[in-house]
Amino acid sequence: MEPMASQWTEAPHSMGTTIMAVEYDGGVILGADSRTTTGVYVANRASDKITQLTDNVYLCRSGSAADSQVVSDYVRYFLNQHTIQLGRPSTVKTAGTLVKELSYQNKSFLETGLIVAGWDKYDGGSVYGIPLGGTMLRLPFATGGSGSSYLYGFLDQAWKPDMTHEEAEKLVVKSIALAIARDGASGGVVRTVTVNEQGVERKFHAGDKLPLFYEEIAPRPSPLRAH
Amino acid sequence: MIEDLEENWSKPCGCCEGWWACEGVVRLSKWQGLQIIALGPTFLQWDHLRFICVIVSLKFLASGSSFFSRVVTMEPMACGWTDAPHSMGTTIMAVEYDGGVIMGADSRTTTGVYVANRASDKITQLTDNVYICRSGSAADSQVVSDYVRYFLNQHTIQLGRPATVKTASTLVKELSYQNKSFLETGLIVGGWDKYEGGSVYGIPLGGTLLRLPFATGGSGSSYLYGFLDQAWKPNMTQDEAEKLVVKSISLAIARDGASGGVVRTVTINEKGVQRKFHPGDKLELFYEEIPPRPSSLLAKS
Repeated sequence: MEPMASQWTEAPHSMGTTIMAVEYDGGVILGADSRTTTGVYVANRASDKITQLTDNVYLCRSGSAADSQVVSDYVRYFLNQHTIQLGRPSTVKTAGTLVKELSYQNKSFLETGLIVAGWDKYDGGSVYGIPLGGTMLRLPFATGGSGSSYLYGFLDQAWKPDMTHEEAEKLVVKSIALAIARDGASGGVVRTVTVNEQGVERKFHAGDKLPLFYEEIAPRPSPLRAH
Repeated sequence: MIEDLEENWSKPCGCCEGWWACEGVVRLSKWQGLQIIALGPTFLQWDHLRFICVIVSLKFLASGSSFFSRVVTMEPMACGWTDAPHSMGTTIMAVEYDGGVIMGADSRTTTGVYVANRASDKITQLTDNVYICRSGSAADSQVVSDYVRYFLNQHTIQLGRPATVKTASTLVKELSYQNKSFLETGLIVGGWDKYEGGSVYGIPLGGTLLRLPFATGGSGSSYLYGFLDQAWKPNMTQDEAEKLVVKSISLAIARDGASGGVVRTVTINEKGVQRKFHPGDKLELFYEEIPPRPSSLLAKS
């Protein structure tokens, strides 16, 4: 007879992760959580989802870990060659376009949402969102992954144009923390990468030091441990 | 030819939605001198199911005898958007403040992608002092609230004083929990009574009952978690709470296709009940939203 149709066992595979990138006056900030899951098991609680493409362009990966790694490896290879031949650093737009080409032309095989962000001297800081399907859109800020649904309401009213570096970083950390609080497929720590004219800066925000929101209680030492 | 075949097929399996694959041996009776070879994938539709069938080399025997052919039915074409689970249209919420509760909702009722009612009232009265926000199946939520209104009416007469919000919520929970396999409705009960002051009770799918300082529901509520987790504070004034409710529903309407129209609010406190209406074009605008403007097609006088 018909197999029992259980929605929760046959539900479409949803994108674990929360990723985002925000443009600020002078550069971009990329942010991501650090949880990689296989089903409900946390395969890696300290993953790095912000991958380098060139010295000045980085990529946030979400969805299938394998697919996103393959795409970024190809793009890194192409950009490397392109930079040598061009004779100057490649632009963020070029990197974005390469990612888009791979995503769009292989849309039936890939399941990955990506955000390309970086700094170049022609456009300054730029963020390009490349979701499932291979659309490419330059945006002042972009979010992705399963945790991003919970951020629409917050960001729609919290994001303002022309933020400073401090404001933008606070916004990114707060947003990822809010998503981690609600999305089971996001968690761990918040990693941020700032890219601007001066270079690249990586930061790490420990999971137990993130701001607490509604209903969240402060972490405390286990009563099982002898003092 | 395919049309002829269709009539003579017996359904290999009963109806079910979703993916399934089986092999069936189908008996086709009494066809004469017909040979159909390797037609390849064929798209057949009967009832509401779609199959991709490969008909492999049917050879017919002499007339008068029946024959068997092997029909391999593969997985039905999964069209996510046509077979997608029915998601809860609507955005509803209720917030407790110092002295009462504020209940809010959008006004869009949809059948699929058609907006059946763009000015619905999803905040229904149960008693003078208790209201309910309805989401999910319009029919199920109406039936539940009608029953609860009837029970509360009787209970109030027999008790001799106004029913409490807790009683109303418990009744709603009983119906939701005991009939969980038949119902698909998420409800929020809010009101004021002299024992607890303002109270909000959330009763989602499945029939849990939870008293909360604020509750949200419906498909639009997913987009509000991030915002409310950091915007809600305890002990708000009536004004602050109302602004929060209207802002939240506006944010959800901006992102959720199944929510829209106007924002309705109902304020319940010791003094009584006040209904308010916030027209859709006067709502606050957020990221990427552009102000409404008169249609360029309209002639100006």
